[in-house]
Amino acid sequence: MSAAPRESATATADATGAGRDVLTVADLTVSVRDTTLVDGVHLSIGRGERVGLIGESGSGKSLTALAVMGLLPEDVRMTGSVRLAGVDHDLVGADERQMSRVRGRDVAMVFQEPMTALNPTMRVGDQVAEAMLIHGTRPDRRSARAAAVELLDQVGLPDPGDAARAYPHQLSGGQRQRVVVALALANDPALLVCDEPTTALDVTVQALVLDLIVRGVAARDAALLFITHDLAVVATVCQRVLVMYGGRVVEAGPVAEVFTRPRHRYTQGLLGASDLDVVDERGRLVTIAGSVPGAGRFPAGCVFRNRCPHATTTCEQTPAWTGPDAASGFACHHPAGTAADGEVVSRG
Amino acid sequence: MSAAQPLEVDPTAGRRSGRRLNPSLVVGGLLVLLVVAMALVSFVWTPYDPTLVDPTSRLLTPSAQHWLGTDKFGRDVLSQIIMGARTTLFVGFVAVGVAAVIGVPLGILAAMATRWCGELVMRANDLLLAFPALLLAIMFGAVFGASTLTAMIAIGIATVPSFARVVRSGSLQVMRTEYVLAARAAGRRPMSTAVRHVLPNVGSLVIVQASVSFAIAVLAEAALSFLGFGTPPPTPSWGRMLQESQELLFSAPRLAVYPGVAIALAVLGFNLLGDGLRDRYDPRLEDRR
Repeated sequence: MSAAPRESATATADATGAGRDVLTVADLTVSVRDTTLVDGVHLSIGRGERVGLIGESGSGKSLTALAVMGLLPEDVRMTGSVRLAGVDHDLVGADERQMSRVRGRDVAMVFQEPMTALNPTMRVGDQVAEAMLIHGTRPDRRSARAAAVELLDQVGLPDPGDAARAYPHQLSGGQRQRVVVALALANDPALLVCDEPTTALDVTVQALVLDLIVRGVAARDAALLFITHDLAVVATVCQRVLVMYGGRVVEAGPVAEVFTRPRHRYTQGLLGASDLDVVDERGRLVTIAGSVPGAGRFPAGCVFRNRCPHATTTCEQTPAWTGPDAASGFACHHPAGTAADGEVVSRG
Repeated sequence: MSAAQPLEVDPTAGRRSGRRLNPSLVVGGLLVLLVVAMALVSFVWTPYDPTLVDPTSRLLTPSAQHWLGTDKFGRDVLSQIIMGARTTLFVGFVAVGVAAVIGVPLGILAAMATRWCGELVMRANDLLLAFPALLLAIMFGAVFGASTLTAMIAIGIATVPSFARVVRSGSLQVMRTEYVLAARAAGRRPMSTAVRHVLPNVGSLVIVQASVSFAIAVLAEAALSFLGFGTPPPTPSWGRMLQESQELLFSAPRLAVYPGVAIALAVLGFNLLGDGLRDRYDPRLEDRR
């Protein structure tokens, strides 16, 4: 690869106010025995950039996040490359010792279920304080405790001093998720990975926690990788979005672009299904036919073709990526928006 | 917009003494305290010398001089019971201590290590579990000489598998929780995850297992004393008192009743204390009471 495209990439990055990419994932493949679960994912996130990863359950979103964190179960293999700014080794193939230095300091994660993401036998203040002590970002326990209380205040827990002395079961779900966010932000990570952080919360609390995450990330100029199946959440939180299906990224681009002019038929279906005003001739809500196949049972070629109303024999070939770069484009033989819907357009 | 939900923190959070005492903790604590008190008193005072054989006062019924009577050698039963509390506590703590100190780390290791390593530990565990505890104690007694200590170390070793097994299954459950994943995501090393996250969360299992094992150890000591591999005479032991009363079971049943009641109360006390402690120090159980 020559230097020219790299320079232009830096130039555009500078123009948008973002620095060098914080996270660069190249050709990430996750497999268990003979079954490929995530297939060739490319992904990069710059400083201060918020990127969403959407798709149905079983599309490989969470696995991608766990792969970035190096937290895959022991019998799951991953190949490709995951680079993090400020870390001089590839995270793929790094041993547990190297990873534990990176995790929590350079990259942190917010989990889905606030009820189980905190240790029930430890006071929440101690849990936040220890997150800092592990990486030595505070010199001693006393100052870590003080910093923890301050952090709990920042995430909007009233009476942070009392809250720090509480056990997780004494807090509500929303309060716990605030603590989890505080834990993740404790060491000012360069990258925050959120795996459906608001799915378990009710809608009003959801908005508060999302606001918290966005503000926390903005204050640290950190990158955000936000995983969800809620399109509305992506629209409010993220700038760019990647749509995953069957372990592949099928479409990527700026949120406004993807959501208003979807190209991949899966994205189109997803958006159609989330529009509750549109009904078909029988008065039913629009859905995507069928359900997500189990791991390893996706069709060859285009993974979506067994559920796609536009699929033809061409779709037995894996569609090539169409677009200027990995951050923007789609992989579909019959994309929406190029010709009249339903008409077969020959492509790559 | 500020997030001003009311924070419903329990006002007693952080001040556990403010919490209601539960009955099993109180009763269990009192019974254990009684045993401990007897053991301590025995160091400075007993009504008579518990080992003093007095042929002139054999098999006396309870009276003002001998509150619980005397046995077939004329020894004062109350003095023996008081002295025997020492043996009972010693037996329980040695056996449970050995079992817990080896079994708990082994169980956590088996849960956290790679699959084959965990399997290896657990199969070795099964092997030991298949070996009768009393037989192991007799072997130890034959090799190292019969004493309470060797017998109880043997009983402790034989109890390791039950600790390891209970702790492993608890740890496996803990290892699957998100907070352990979150701890790894926060960069915590396996060793510190084990100490700070896994151990406290299997603590209640360990306490319950310890109280059960304590009872088993006291009974095992009685059985071994009967076979002559436990506490050698003349050191008083509740187990041996029970055994010596056997031949007089029909003429003087009270000689079996006193040590029997003492053993039952001690075992009950430790079981209740174990349950009470678990309820008190496991924050998760608080709401269920």
